Amino acid sequence: MKTLNDLTKGQTARISCYLPRFTAARRLMELGLMPGTLVRFVKAAPLGDPIALEVDGRHLSLRRVDAAQINVQSV
Amino acid sequence: MATDMVPSVNGLVRIALLGNPNTGKSTLFNCLTGLRQKVGNYPGVTVQRKTGRMLFGTKVAEIIDLPGTYSLAADSPDERVVVDALLGELETIARPDLVLFIVDATNLQRNLFLAFQAAQLGIPMVLALNHWDSARKRNIVIDVERLSQELGLPVVPISAARAEGIPQLKKSLLDAMESKPMLAEPVWPKEVQAAMEEAKSELPEKVHSSLSRAVLFRSVFDEDKSFFIREGASEAEALSAIEKGRKGIFKSGLNAGNAETVLLYRHIKEKISPCVDVAHSRSTSGSESIDAILTHRIWGLVAFLGLMYVVFQSVYSWAGPFMDLIDAGKGVVQDLVGGWLTSWPMLQSLATDGIVEGVGAVFIFLPQILILFFFITLLEDTGYMARAAFLMDKLFSWCGLSGKSFVPLLSSYACAIPGVMAARTIQDPKARIITVLLSPFMSCSARLPVYVLLIGAFIEPTYGATIAGASLFAMHFVGLLVAMPFVYVANKYVLKIPPQAFVLEMPSYQVPKVRDVSLRMYNQGKEFVRNAGTVIFAITIVIWALLYFPRSEEVAESVTAEFVQTQASELGLESNDILEQIESDEEMAAALERKVMSAYVEQSYMGRIGKTVQPVFALAGFDWKITVGVIASFPAREVIISTLGIIYSLGGDTDEESSDLRQTMAAQKWQDGPRMGEPIYTIPVVSAIMVFFALCQQCGATVAVISQETSWKYGVFSFVFMTTLAWIMATLVYQIGSLL
Repeated sequence: MKTLNDLTKGQTARISCYLPRFTAARRLMELGLMPGTLVRFVKAAPLGDPIALEVDGRHLSLRRVDAAQINVQSV
Repeated sequence: MATDMVPSVNGLVRIALLGNPNTGKSTLFNCLTGLRQKVGNYPGVTVQRKTGRMLFGTKVAEIIDLPGTYSLAADSPDERVVVDALLGELETIARPDLVLFIVDATNLQRNLFLAFQAAQLGIPMVLALNHWDSARKRNIVIDVERLSQELGLPVVPISAARAEGIPQLKKSLLDAMESKPMLAEPVWPKEVQAAMEEAKSELPEKVHSSLSRAVLFRSVFDEDKSFFIREGASEAEALSAIEKGRKGIFKSGLNAGNAETVLLYRHIKEKISPCVDVAHSRSTSGSESIDAILTHRIWGLVAFLGLMYVVFQSVYSWAGPFMDLIDAGKGVVQDLVGGWLTSWPMLQSLATDGIVEGVGAVFIFLPQILILFFFITLLEDTGYMARAAFLMDKLFSWCGLSGKSFVPLLSSYACAIPGVMAARTIQDPKARIITVLLSPFMSCSARLPVYVLLIGAFIEPTYGATIAGASLFAMHFVGLLVAMPFVYVANKYVLKIPPQAFVLEMPSYQVPKVRDVSLRMYNQGKEFVRNAGTVIFAITIVIWALLYFPRSEEVAESVTAEFVQTQASELGLESNDILEQIESDEEMAAALERKVMSAYVEQSYMGRIGKTVQPVFALAGFDWKITVGVIASFPAREVIISTLGIIYSLGGDTDEESSDLRQTMAAQKWQDGPRMGEPIYTIPVVSAIMVFFALCQQCGATVAVISQETSWKYGVFSFVFMTTLAWIMATLVYQIGSLL
C-alpha cells in the first residue's frame, strides 16, 4: 500500500485511510487531511524531512514518520 | 441554558473572539480594540490572555481574544482554555455572552469545524468572513445570504487588514445581543446518541442535572475525564462512562477516535456546498512562487541563515546603545539620589545600589525584548515563521523539539529572557517546556565579559591569541553540548507530556500591519515589566541587603587604623600626618575607601556565606574570594567582575578590560592550605570558572521569567539543576585539568 510518504515532488494522490493506532490521525483530519481528500506533494524540506503538502489550496507540513501512517491512492 | 445569556453582571457585554490560527484573528482584535487592551495569563496556565474594550453603539463590549486553535479536542493548554472559557469554568472570568467567530473565506470548510464544536457549548455566535478580498481575487464565490440561512447565523464579510466591513460587523454583534443566533448542532446518528446516553447512565444521578450535552459529547469524544470529575463524578465513574460511550460508538461501526471529525466534516460539506462555488478558483495566491526560493534546497537555507543573522545581530548589537542609554540613565539617577541622601549612608545605599539598581536591572532587558518581538511579529505575520520551522525541523526532531525552537534558542544567545518569552510561539507543551529550560544554557551576552576577562588574563598570555580566540568560540557551545544529552533523556523518560504530531500550516505570505507589530511589542514589554519585573526587582534588593549588612562602624575603624599604620611605616611619617594627608589627598582617600569596601564585603552576610560554602567550591579550585564573586553573581552573572573588583580593593567600577584587575588576579597566591604560595588562578581553575559560568543558572531575571512563562516549579528546577550541573562540571574540569 502506498503512503503519503512515498509520493514524489509534484505528485497528487487521494487519501484513502489512516493506519490504525495512529494517535495523531484525528488532529490531521481536523486540519483537512480527511479520507477522500486530494493531496499534492509539494516538496520535501532541504534536510529531507518534513514534507510540504497542498490540501484544499492550503500548504501543510508533516514529518515523514507521520506521513507514512496515511495510505493514499494514486489518481 | 437561557439563564446563561443575560448580559453579565457589570453591564459589560462579553464577546469571545475565536477562530483558527492564521485567519487574521489578531488583526481583527487590534482593529476592534486598538490601544484598549490588557494582556495577562489565564489563571493556572501560561496561555496568553488578551482582552480589550470595544465601543459598540452606546455600549462598551469586552472582547476576549481566545487562543487560535483548529479544534476543541483538548490536546494542549490552548484548547483547554478555549473550552473552559466558553463554558464559563475559569476562575474570575465570566462566561462570554457571544462568540465572534472569524473564518478565512478562502478555507471555509476547515474553519467551520471549530465553529460547530464551539457552538455545541451553547453560546450565540456571529460569523466574520475574513479575507473577503482575497477570496474574491481567487474567484471563490460565496453566497453570503445563503450561507447565513444554512447556518442560521449572521455572516459578515470583512477584511480585517483593510478595516473593511467593521461597522457592519459591529451592527451584527449589536443585533445578535437581542436575537441570540445559534449555530444549529448537526443531528448526530442514532448510534452516537445512544452511546452518549449509555455513557451518561454510568454517572451518578447527582451529576445528571448539571451535565450539559456539550460536556457529555466533549468528554467521550476527547477521552477526557476531567469534565465529569469537575461535575462531581468519581474517577472510576468518569472512566467507565467514557469507556461505555466509546464502546457504543465503536459498535455502530465508527471509530470513536475520529467519529466527531468525520461526522462534522460531512455535515459541514452538506451545509456549505450550496453556498460556495470554487469551480473557477485559482488555488494558490503567489505564495508557492515565493516558496520556490524561501524553502529551496539551497537558497532557502541561505535566506534563512541571512535572516537569522539579522535577527541575532539586532538583538545582540542594536540593543546595545539603548541598553547603554538605560545604564547611563541609571547612573545619573544614582548620582542624583545619592547626592540627596549623603547624610544617611544606609538609605543612600538602599536607594542607589538597591532600588535604582533594581529598576535598572528590569528595564535594561526591555530593548532586547522589544527588538526581538518586533522581528518575531514580523516573521509570524508575514508567514515566514512557519517556513523557518519547516526548514529547521530535522535538526531538532530527534530530541522532542521541533523547528519552532530555533528562534527562541537563537535569541537566547543574546539573552535568555527574550528567548524564554519567544518560546510562546511553540504550541506543543512538551517542546515548549524543553525549549524554555534549554534557553539559559545558550551562551548569553552576559557571559561574554567573564570569558573575555579570564581568557584575556590567563589563556592568551600562556597560549597565544589563536588559542584564546578558539577557546572564546568554544565557550559559546559548552552549554548547548552539555545540555543536549539531558534534553534527550528528559524528552524520552522524564516529561510525561504526550507528544503532538508535528503539523504545521504554512499560511499564505502577507504584509504585516504596523499596528499589529507595535501593539505586540508594547504588550510584551508591559507584561515583562509588570510580571517578571517585580521579581527581578525584589531579588536585587535582597542581594543588596546581603552585601550591605551587617555594617558595623568597627570594621571601617579597624581598616582605617591598619591602613594608617602601614602607610605611616612605609612613608616614615606619623599617624596624624597620614590622617591629614587622607583629608587632602583624594587618591589616598580613594585607596582607603576601596579597602573599607573590600572589608565590608568580606564580613557581609554574602561574604560569610561565601566563606562557609567555599569548601564545596574548593573541589573546583575556587578560593573564598572567587566563591563570594560566584555567589554574588547569582542574580546576574556579569556582577562577578565588579564584585572581584571590590574584593581585590580595586573599586566597583572595574570592567573586564581592566588591566589592573587582570594583574591583580594573576598575582593572587594561596595564603594558607596545602598549596600556600602557589598562584590561585591556574589554567585548570580558570577553565573551571568559565565552565561554571557557562552552565550555571546565574540570572535571577531568567528564573523569574521561566517561572512566569511555565510555573515556579520549573523556575526552581532550572536553578537547582543548572547550578548542580555547573558545580559538577567545574569540579571535573578542575580535577582532570590538575592531573594533566
